[in-house]
Amino acid sequence: MPETLTRALDELAGAYEAALADPTFAAELAALLASFVGRPSPLYHARRLSSQCGGAQIYLKREDLNHTGAHKINNTLGQALLTLRMGKRRVIAETGAGQHGVATATACAHFGLKCVVYMGEEDIRRQRPNVFSMRLLGAEVRPVTSGSRTLRDAINEALRDWMASVEHTHYIIGSVVGPHPFPRIVRDFQAVIGREARQQCLDQLGRLPDVVVACVGGGSNAAGMFYPFVDDRQVELLGVEAGGRSTQPGEHAAPLSFGSPGVLHGSFSYVMQDEDGQTCPVHSVSAGLDYPGVGPEHSYWKETGRVRYTYATDQEALAAFDRLARSEGILPALESAHAVAKAMELAAARPADQVVLVCLSGRGDKDAFEVARLRGEEI
Amino acid sequence: MSAVDRVFARLRAAGRKAFVPFVTAGDPDLEFTRLLLAELARRGASLCEVGIPYSDPIADGPVIQASYTRALQQGVRLNAILKMLAQTTTALPAPLLTMVSYATVLRRGAGRYVEEARRAGVAGAIVPDLLVEESTELARLAREADFSLVHLVTPTTPRERARRIAERSTGFLYYVSVTGITGERATLPQQLVDNVGWLREQTPLPVCIGFGISQPEQVRLLAPVADGIIVGSAIVRRAAEAGRADRNQVLQSIGQYVQSLIDALPGTHPAPAAGHS
Repeated sequence: MPETLTRALDELAGAYEAALADPTFAAELAALLASFVGRPSPLYHARRLSSQCGGAQIYLKREDLNHTGAHKINNTLGQALLTLRMGKRRVIAETGAGQHGVATATACAHFGLKCVVYMGEEDIRRQRPNVFSMRLLGAEVRPVTSGSRTLRDAINEALRDWMASVEHTHYIIGSVVGPHPFPRIVRDFQAVIGREARQQCLDQLGRLPDVVVACVGGGSNAAGMFYPFVDDRQVELLGVEAGGRSTQPGEHAAPLSFGSPGVLHGSFSYVMQDEDGQTCPVHSVSAGLDYPGVGPEHSYWKETGRVRYTYATDQEALAAFDRLARSEGILPALESAHAVAKAMELAAARPADQVVLVCLSGRGDKDAFEVARLRGEEI
Repeated sequence: MSAVDRVFARLRAAGRKAFVPFVTAGDPDLEFTRLLLAELARRGASLCEVGIPYSDPIADGPVIQASYTRALQQGVRLNAILKMLAQTTTALPAPLLTMVSYATVLRRGAGRYVEEARRAGVAGAIVPDLLVEESTELARLAREADFSLVHLVTPTTPRERARRIAERSTGFLYYVSVTGITGERATLPQQLVDNVGWLREQTPLPVCIGFGISQPEQVRLLAPVADGIIVGSAIVRRAAEAGRADRNQVLQSIGQYVQSLIDALPGTHPAPAAGHS
């Protein structure tokens, strides 16, 4: 990280510690999550999907039912509260699929903060409905035309903005990536997913799940889902990266599966890089997973073996998207469809009394145009 | 004492200031970079910074970003850069420092990076995305190899921290003039002169000012309070012309531009014509 940002990162770490020590912060956030987001999100037994897979029972943690349609709002409200505590009035964010951009714009509208969202030109094309939503919410969307024109360059541009605006602006990063203390803060705000799901399993099923599955781009929904289960050693944890078109470099976005340890955006983690440490291009059908790095805690969990990581291809994700729509009446985000794809595989191979819990991190409305385009259909 | 230390010892003894140009390695190609370094040294550059192109330079503005992207698209690789530098440094009177991302250093291995750069005749490195707290290992390797590791202090750096950074920096201390990214600025912050003055009182290390500087008037204002002036984007922008214009003309025009900045340094008199004085 550049020296220019050190003071702001220290200030953020301090503000976060102070917030943790202040019961009014937790109470304020919990009240917002209940009345504004609609938490707790339900735990749903996907019976028809489970029976079609012919094995274990699949349960969905319905983050798609949150206000703004994904888990991202859990983090943006928390960080918006921190923004206010630091006395800052302007917020910047990056976005890939647009879900984090919408969630940030929403939190800023709620608190009356000025909001600028950086978004790659390629992603603006893929995610038009979210771009319009952000504008409706009063945010300015700045197209990023440098480099890959996707999430990675949107983060670069947001960091460059922050380099110059750091004294009055907070950067609400959207995933468990970037420099300390961001990975920790975002994980903590997303851990509400795993805490609720764990308790819902105990209350409704009288037991913990056998496996927990979540998709991993930067890895925020997965980190939030896994973290409360980390000490439950009997629960298997499975992270699903974007396998893209093939296992060739540039054709996927799966650094935990195919990358190597390196530095990107201020953290040391697995990254898709070449011999000189240059970040490599990545691809995924889902804009939200299209990131060449991954949160450092996932790399840690990979190294310790606590979480197993695999990948689902574009085709597998699209097939799971269709299957969940037809079998359950739920259109998942293409990101979440990666987790669904591997959960279906797992469920098929396991006995009927096992429980596979999937984080359904977002809803698929935003992907309708892109899926139609991929099928060559006009809508 | 590294080659960088010797340059500043000499300049200080003569009451002069350093002019430190920055160039992107491999934009438009490595042969041009080699010629440009020779031209800059001939004009009186005291040291040169060589930017190792990186895919995600978050501290850089559009001009340097674009030059890095062009160089990478040309397929410029670290090994080829070091090879070109090895051929250049033997005949170059000005020591070279690489401006290099920690992603590149780490990938190569810190020890190997220092060793290979040193073998290519490079005198030190600036790693703009490596915080002083995280530089312990690289600093140790650099010290053992007599390789300068230059740290940066910025307007947002608290004073106590600035002192700590000054203690860890070797060669010189890089003071970033603005809160922001690289790129030419018409105006620089009001407090800049005071901040640099304060910093120079805290350390025996030379302090050079970089980011945003492109005009002789800025050099005239800032050089007296510093030990050196760093100019990057204004040179890189001109060097980019070499991709489509006559290279000798581009070299000449950069040379003349750099001369105008060097002439604005105190203690430097406009270069006399041969046989004069």
